[in-house]
Amino acid sequence: MERIPILKVGQYLLITIQVDLHDKMILALQDELTNMIVKTGARGILIDISALEIVDSFIGRVLAQVASCAKLLDAETVVTGMRPAVAITMVELGISMKGVHTALNAEDGMELLNDILHRDEYAHDFSAIN
Amino acid sequence: MLIKASVKRISALLGFSLVNQTKIITAAAELSRNALIYADQGKFKISVLDDTRRKGLQMIFSDSGPGIENIEQAMKDGYTSGHGMGLGLGGSKRLMDEFDIKSAIGVGTTISVTKWV
Ligand SMILES: Nc1ncnc2c1ncn2[C@@H]1O[C@H](COP(=O)(O)OP(=O)(O)OP(=O)(O)O)[C@@H](O)[C@H]1O
Ligand SMILES: [Mg+2]
Repeated sequence: MERIPILKVGQYLLITIQVDLHDKMILALQDELTNMIVKTGARGILIDISALEIVDSFIGRVLAQVASCAKLLDAETVVTGMRPAVAITMVELGISMKGVHTALNAEDGMELLNDILHRDEYAHDFSAIN
Repeated sequence: MLIKASVKRISALLGFSLVNQTKIITAAAELSRNALIYADQGKFKISVLDDTRRKGLQMIFSDSGPGIENIEQAMKDGYTSGHGMGLGLGGSKRLMDEFDIKSAIGVGTTISVTKWV
């Protein structure tokens, strides 16, 4: 089976979904990603979906599950590059993807992850002072 | 995957906007997945409608699976008998212009959807 590569960049994991997904591939990705988070201690996950022509209820659900699973393992997830037509269609379909951060492109996504993680650090510092 | 490719090509040829092509392909993904999950397999038919005033694309998904006992309930957003989000049927209806569902227990389910250009 073809696999979706997961790259480690600093404290982040990068996934670029390049092909239209088969169900088995995305389920395998979910497994592998959770293992990688634990193994590498990654704090952020960036999933680029700019190549996806559609996001149906199945893919939407898996993306949301990946994000909530990552959250339990202390990592934040940002989905980047969603096509405008895909966004419009997802809203009409009724998929909300709660808990998933989004950014227009991978660069913005990285910045967003940096912001979120630093915000966390400040919060930690602050609670330490009190 | 084959369904997606043919729906994409035909909807593009008919002149649907990119957004509407995306809506049609997404509805096809939802309805074919349902047939696969709940009935193991199904038949897919795609047709071009031409009523002289306008053109349309019609897709029919039929299966001889277990059928749906309560169609009204199945159509509701959030209702699932499995592990889904319960969005496939209601969502497809919103994405298309016309939506017709017929189902009988032990016989199967046929869903016909149409979008006009
Ligand atoms: N072809 C079918 N044959 C039998 N039952 C069906 C069929 N399609 C849908 N159903 C029933 O209708 C319910 C609602 O379907 P719908 O597609 O809206 O949601 P789902 O498949 O459960 O979740 P989602 O599509 O969001 O992943 C299903 O859970 C199933 O019980
Ligand atoms: Mg469904």
